[in-house]
Amino acid sequence: MGEAGADGWGLGEPPETDMTSQHEELRGIKDRDEYDFRTEIDYAHKSRRGIGEDVVREISALKNEPQWMLDFRLKALDAFLDMPMPTWGVDLGTLDFEQFYYFMRATPTKQRSWDDVPAAIKDTFEKLGIPEAERKYLAGVETQMDSESVYSSLKAEWEAHGIIFVDMDSAVRDHSELVQAHISKAVPVRDNKFAALNSAFWSGGSFVYVPAGVNVEIPLQAYFRINAQSLGQFERTIIIAEEGSNVHYIEGCTAPQYTEAALHTGVIEIFVKKGAHARYTTIQNWSRNVYNLVTQRAIVDEDGLMEWVDGNLGSGVTMKYPAVVLRGPRARGEVLSIAFAGDDQHYDAGAKAIHLAPDTSSMITSKSISKGNGRSGFRGLVRVVHGAERAQSKVVCDALLLDRESRSDTYPYIDASEDNVRIEHEATVSKISEDQLFYLMSRGLSEAQASAIIINGFLEPFVKELPMEYAVELNRLVQLQMEGSVG
Amino acid sequence: MTLEIRDLHVTVEGKEILKGVSLVVERGVTHALMGPNGSGKSTLAYTLMGHPKYQITRGEILLDGASLLEMTPDQRARRGLFLAMQYPVAVSGVTLYSFLHAATSAVRGYGDRTPAAARGRLNAHLMPMREFRQELNERLAFLQIDPAFLQRYLNEGFSGGEKKRAEILQMALLKPKVAILDETDSGLDIDALRLVSEGINVLQKDLDMGLLVITHYQRILNYIYPDVVHVFYDGRIVKTGDAKLVDVLEEQGYEWVRQGLTAGD
Repeated sequence: MGEAGADGWGLGEPPETDMTSQHEELRGIKDRDEYDFRTEIDYAHKSRRGIGEDVVREISALKNEPQWMLDFRLKALDAFLDMPMPTWGVDLGTLDFEQFYYFMRATPTKQRSWDDVPAAIKDTFEKLGIPEAERKYLAGVETQMDSESVYSSLKAEWEAHGIIFVDMDSAVRDHSELVQAHISKAVPVRDNKFAALNSAFWSGGSFVYVPAGVNVEIPLQAYFRINAQSLGQFERTIIIAEEGSNVHYIEGCTAPQYTEAALHTGVIEIFVKKGAHARYTTIQNWSRNVYNLVTQRAIVDEDGLMEWVDGNLGSGVTMKYPAVVLRGPRARGEVLSIAFAGDDQHYDAGAKAIHLAPDTSSMITSKSISKGNGRSGFRGLVRVVHGAERAQSKVVCDALLLDRESRSDTYPYIDASEDNVRIEHEATVSKISEDQLFYLMSRGLSEAQASAIIINGFLEPFVKELPMEYAVELNRLVQLQMEGSVG
Repeated sequence: MTLEIRDLHVTVEGKEILKGVSLVVERGVTHALMGPNGSGKSTLAYTLMGHPKYQITRGEILLDGASLLEMTPDQRARRGLFLAMQYPVAVSGVTLYSFLHAATSAVRGYGDRTPAAARGRLNAHLMPMREFRQELNERLAFLQIDPAFLQRYLNEGFSGGEKKRAEILQMALLKPKVAILDETDSGLDIDALRLVSEGINVLQKDLDMGLLVITHYQRILNYIYPDVVHVFYDGRIVKTGDAKLVDVLEEQGYEWVRQGLTAGD
């Protein structure tokens, strides 16, 4: 990642394995238009375009924030203005920070009951299938429309266990000490320019606290959606998994098509305490004009396990390197990611594993597909500090190129200051083989079907880690990406 | 239904491999095509199925009078042609079950019943699961295949015998009118060979299939009795006879063919 990036960018299952049964559900296939609707909403409040102290103060005042949070934001603004743009990764030359609105409020007050949510917003979420998803699978739903949550709920059984799952604004108000103790502790304000930007202008995001020993059996879900044109979305999420607890958080992202670009700069900080297990799953389907620049990092204590499951199919450019900082002995971290770069998409994604203690282990698995002139790059860093004896790390990246113009790059960085470690790295680049296509086609499958089957097979190790509804959704998104390219 | 091959010439990477093959396979009739390694037998099999690597420079292939030359492999399959391959390729991450379901649905034309907008999508046209499952279970029992096998990835890590059995399972579900079996006996032990051959014989009777059995050895022909035997040598058929020809070849080997050709020149 070049010297600039080495530290700068903090680099920052379906019930059965039977794919066909999922496909059965997809008969009523949707197309991309479904995600490209826009809901006309009267924004209750909208900031001016661009960056400035006035905007920061305005956001903080509108949210009735405590002084410490305003101070935090202002300090971050200074850091942002002070820090250079990254000169590696994707091309950010066309990114103009002055073109965006940094805050919009969709409704004057947050709604607690689904019935109270304004019809236009409800319509958006109904189109996205959130309520059914909640009824069927989910413990709690925290949906974010533009800057703030408009609807949130948490099932009573979880509240009884002391689990906190609220939007970040509420957390700053109601759980101020917890937030203050954790914010920017995994991702420092000056970690990278976009982390600083987020720290100054953050709005929305989720706060999750799971008390010691509590096992959250059903995934918590958040659904982010950028609706307004030229909106910067800066969610800030903190997840704290106390000792021996277990939590799975899922985030899905969509945005409709606009001619103006939008900016998504999230910061996600996760704290996995002793013996705890946290998993964070993202399926990102931003439209092609979104800059997706996200910093995700987890600090893992002894015997803890952090898993990042990261699917990237949308956005124009993405820079994203989920990281695990293995702080305690025997801490484990896994990053499993896929990226499907179609025409005009460029991903510079990857993972980062920092081994700070003995007997820690990390596993990084990356699968990328590139189509048309799409570019998918993998950037991985494994660092083992002195004293982290017997650390183990394995990095596997597989790239599948669909045609001649598409491109895949791999940038592995290994930095071990300890001798007694085991680090493995494997990388493969493949194309859909003529013999595979011929074989499948000789069984009556069209070239498009055969290609889709091969691609689904390539992604299977990722898909099988997803809950059923997400696996179905992912298969659908993969098909949308495929259209027009084959057959 | 008849597969008719007329004066077929084929080149691979500029080199002529088939040098004028003519052959007619009628429904319900079993043809054996025997020849030494490198004589072009597999080239014939792949060419008939439409592998893009093989260039037809002259000749014609007709299925029931319709030319296959411009057809893609999937179109040929949907018209009732099947090739059991010598080396079926593995497709990682795709279960045998989902593949069989997709292929069976495609060949049976489920795709044709959906609106044009849904074409080309993997799942827009699948045979109803229950109906498929029932038929599949019958075929599994018939070929003595453990249902757990269905959850494995297609041909990945399959033993030689498992691959061949999976090929015949596909044939049973796709119900072709004419099937080409390319070295189906290779990699099979005697029990597996018997089982696979019996499967093929029953299917042939049920479906009134035309069969073209391509083989180096006579071994499989002890179980699948040919009506017509062709000896293939250096890219063309050099002798045609009845089942007795198998015994002659067995006794005298392909050297006999070569000498015969030289003598005739």
